[in-house]
Amino acid sequence: MSAARRVLLGAALLVLAIVAAMALFPGIIAPADPLQTDVRGALEAPSAAHWFGTDQSGRDVFSRVVHGTGRSVGIGMLATALALVAGLVIGALSGIAPRPVDAVAMRINDVLMAFPEFLVALVVVAILGPGAVNVAIAVTLAAVPVYVRLARVQTRTLVLAEHVEAARILGVSRSQAFTRHVVPGVLGTLSVLATIGIGSSILAIAGLSFLGLGPTEPVPEWGLMLSGGRNVLGTAWWIAVFPGIAITLTVVSATVVGRMLRARLEGRVA
Amino acid sequence: MKPLLVRLAGLAASVIVVLWGAATLAFLAFRVIPGDPVSVMLGPQAQVSDAVKDGIRAELGLDRPALEQYLSYLGQLAQGNLGESYQLRMPVTEVIGRQLGSTLQLTALALVLAVVLALVLALFVRGRVGRGIVAGAELVVLSSPVFWIGLLLLSVFAFGLGWFPVSGTRNPATIVLPAVTLALPVAALLGQVLRDGIEAAERQPFATTVRARGAGQVRLTAHHTLRHGAAGALTLTAYLVGSLLGGAVLVETVFARPGLGRVTLAAITDRDLPVITGIILFSAMVFVVVNVVVELLHPVLDPRQRRASRIAVGELRR
Amino acid sequence: MSALTVQELSITVGGRMLVDGVSFAVEPGECIAIVGESGAGKSLTASALLGLAPGRVRATELSLDGVDVRRFSESQWREVRGDRIGLVSQDALVSLDPLRRIGAEIAEPLAIHTRLSRAARRERSLELLESVAMPSPVARAAQYPHELSGGLRQRALIASALAGEPTVLVADEPTTALDATVQARILALLRDIADSGTAVVFISHDFAAVRRVADRVLVMRAGRVIEEGPVGEVLVAPSQAYTRSLIAATRHAPREDRFGLGEAVLTGIDVSKSFSGIPAVADASFTLLDGQTLGIVGESGSGKTTLARMIVGVESPDAGDLRWTGDHRVQLVHQNPLGAFDPRWTVGRSLREALAAGGVPRERRAGRVADLMAEVDLAPELSRRRPAQLSGGQRQRAAIARALAAEPDVLVLDEPVSALDPSVREKVLQLLGRLQRERQLTMIFVSHDLEVVAAVSDDVLVMQHGSIVEQGPVASVFAAPQHPFTQELLAASRA
Repeated sequence: MSAARRVLLGAALLVLAIVAAMALFPGIIAPADPLQTDVRGALEAPSAAHWFGTDQSGRDVFSRVVHGTGRSVGIGMLATALALVAGLVIGALSGIAPRPVDAVAMRINDVLMAFPEFLVALVVVAILGPGAVNVAIAVTLAAVPVYVRLARVQTRTLVLAEHVEAARILGVSRSQAFTRHVVPGVLGTLSVLATIGIGSSILAIAGLSFLGLGPTEPVPEWGLMLSGGRNVLGTAWWIAVFPGIAITLTVVSATVVGRMLRARLEGRVA
Repeated sequence: MKPLLVRLAGLAASVIVVLWGAATLAFLAFRVIPGDPVSVMLGPQAQVSDAVKDGIRAELGLDRPALEQYLSYLGQLAQGNLGESYQLRMPVTEVIGRQLGSTLQLTALALVLAVVLALVLALFVRGRVGRGIVAGAELVVLSSPVFWIGLLLLSVFAFGLGWFPVSGTRNPATIVLPAVTLALPVAALLGQVLRDGIEAAERQPFATTVRARGAGQVRLTAHHTLRHGAAGALTLTAYLVGSLLGGAVLVETVFARPGLGRVTLAAITDRDLPVITGIILFSAMVFVVVNVVVELLHPVLDPRQRRASRIAVGELRR
Repeated sequence: MSALTVQELSITVGGRMLVDGVSFAVEPGECIAIVGESGAGKSLTASALLGLAPGRVRATELSLDGVDVRRFSESQWREVRGDRIGLVSQDALVSLDPLRRIGAEIAEPLAIHTRLSRAARRERSLELLESVAMPSPVARAAQYPHELSGGLRQRALIASALAGEPTVLVADEPTTALDATVQARILALLRDIADSGTAVVFISHDFAAVRRVADRVLVMRAGRVIEEGPVGEVLVAPSQAYTRSLIAATRHAPREDRFGLGEAVLTGIDVSKSFSGIPAVADASFTLLDGQTLGIVGESGSGKTTLARMIVGVESPDAGDLRWTGDHRVQLVHQNPLGAFDPRWTVGRSLREALAAGGVPRERRAGRVADLMAEVDLAPELSRRRPAQLSGGQRQRAAIARALAAEPDVLVLDEPVSALDPSVREKVLQLLGRLQRERQLTMIFVSHDLEVVAAVSDDVLVMQHGSIVEQGPVASVFAAPQHPFTQELLAASRA
């Protein structure tokens, strides 16, 4: 790996480590209470006391960004993990199912997959109604089709792959060949995709929260904070800027790590 | 001629199937969720007697058996009737129709900007450093929430520099920032795919043949590799359109523009089921139309996909 | 004045000198061949002639048509490429732009170097297609590369290289991807091109092809020219030992001994198989004897691989019968060993899996792996590597070892040596001969390469379009072929 790429990977991993720390130990990194209001200290610019300034209710923006990590990123990770498992099961089953069943299932999946995650999540929220839980469900459902498609393609390819056929000729049983050769391959590809996919989920959650369809005040959540920042954009730019930077940095880092994993995976198999 | 007719018939059939599927899904989804639609509609604060609620229910036809509701629903759809909005007491088609124009303007302009930007970047950015920088910028743009980009642009260009008005629709200049905001993520994705396609094509053996004929970089790209990249980008079209629609909802909210975004958001918050259904069906229709167009265009760009030639190749391979 | 003069050409890439001190000259109307194994530097030399070589290129002389091109800038090279020197590459399917019509591809050098109108260019490309003996040129010019057969595609590629009327034509392995009969015709075309005044540089690893086309030959090894001279002299009486071994590797005497063969092990009666309505094998009948090596030879699409797979049991016939007498363990050595191994597993692990499937108890497996590796002449530490980390020859041996792990008595080999260099090929063939003797294997050897099949088989089945057109002892089939296709095949592979 070239030096530049190594630096990039290192930076991405560092950011992800910081994000993880913020999600797991928010109190240690930002001891200020994110819900503590102070009307007289509202809309203060960033300073030594308040690194990211204060919002309309005088709450410390830095603290809110840190404490919101768990919600914004955590839900995204949970959604991705659930979607991966669901997609793997559905996709693998479809891959070994009889042709007509597989064809119909994939057609439906293709229709879903053609839409960006945010749009699908929006539709699900439209049906279920607003709310933090519904947003989580929506983002999970929206993420599933991509994993289904990949799991199914991989399963089909690997089941027909020469090395699986070679193993069968040698006398390895069908189920053993499946678990030893097909499943690890599929799992590996899916996991790499998930690392990239976390970014999409985080963005979808932020978008829904920004529209006011997710968690409600006073809960700290990055998308929600951006929505609040919109109204005072001319006078207090910091409320909108910092949560956005947090989102962007997290998604960029996850994507970079995911892409490098994918390159390594493809390089090894090729 | 006949194979073409068969193909068109097949496409028409799949269009109808998808639309029917979307309609049925929407119908089922609303019946499945818990809660009484009338209560939800009226809101938690409403102090209304059950008799009144029953009356509303009867008026909206919600007390009839499910199958009857479903069939009359489909029948209405076939006639182009999307029902009536609970909140606004207007036909849904009118609700959507009024706001459609504004959203259409925005997305069309954004699409044009995005395609132009992507082409410029793919064609004119040469060299490893240049391409690296552009790839990095694309990554950042795709990782940022589109509404945040909008907020930043607003902050810098409207509030900060004062080049553009902050909101409103009178002034044509108000469409610039929203369109640019909406265009950026689409341009980023399109540019990425186009560039990957061009670079992959340049690594193919035929690129060596073209160079061996004395062609320069410009000729290689314009006459050969661009087409390869475009063929790949075409498959993304449905996704990009979806991206534009979703982005439009967010961008219209940021810039306080009227349009489908406002309608959708209001409908979701107010639980206005007919409007939500109408918008879902509208999106399904857009998706289906785009897909049909892409299906028809694909063999034009990539001759290997044409059916007749595939049969001929099959004969040869034997 | 020579059409092309090269003196002391050297190419350094990444600090390593990959071509060292290559010198030759080609006159108009002459064809010079550059032969060598892969990695010898032939293609690199060819690309230097077009100014497309990577790294640092140095020469005391490099002139094209009398013009010194050593210090040419990129734009100067662009004027010369296609106009004074043309390139024909391997495999027109990927060397022509699949999204452009044949006519457009052929006319491109004209568009770049001349000011002809579009109509004039069209006329000229039709003339060029006729000059390379393309049937129905008008129809073909409107088609796309994938709509033409391999041979016609290659002709189109040649036409495109000749469009600018270059003085020198560089042909880099132009016939390697083609079937033997088609190869012969393309080689004849190249000879005609040379005879009509173009200087041709023909690059190949195939001595038989060189014999047909070239006047003089250069033998390269590890970047250097180790021998050169007229084709008649070098190929008949080479002065260098390396050249001798290369030539010997391509020539085999058909096996004469047919003793020691036992009873019929497998009888095929009217075996047929179709895929989606297209017949792959039709009414194949044959007998396989114990201890025999049966060769199945044919071009691509002949059905030989399908027949082999039916014998192994991976596919089953739609009609007809494959009757085995008694219990026999059949194993397959795949055409593509890289694809046949799980890329994530080490070779050792794959071998252990094969042993486990064969019922070998766990504690004995490591020992058996060591035995198998030794049996196929692979160093024991290679079992800890992944398939991608082995060379082609090593991978092939590993594939053979894995097939042997199941203790088969019948071994089916699908193109086991096609992708290997001649010297490596020899060693693997010798290994197979030894294994057959030691383990008393019955072997089925599928290949498109007549010479190879002749060297190892007792009997041969010749297949065309799914049917067995001729069969019998290899010596008699090759000495007196009955069927026209067999005759064509033999004529194509001999000089």
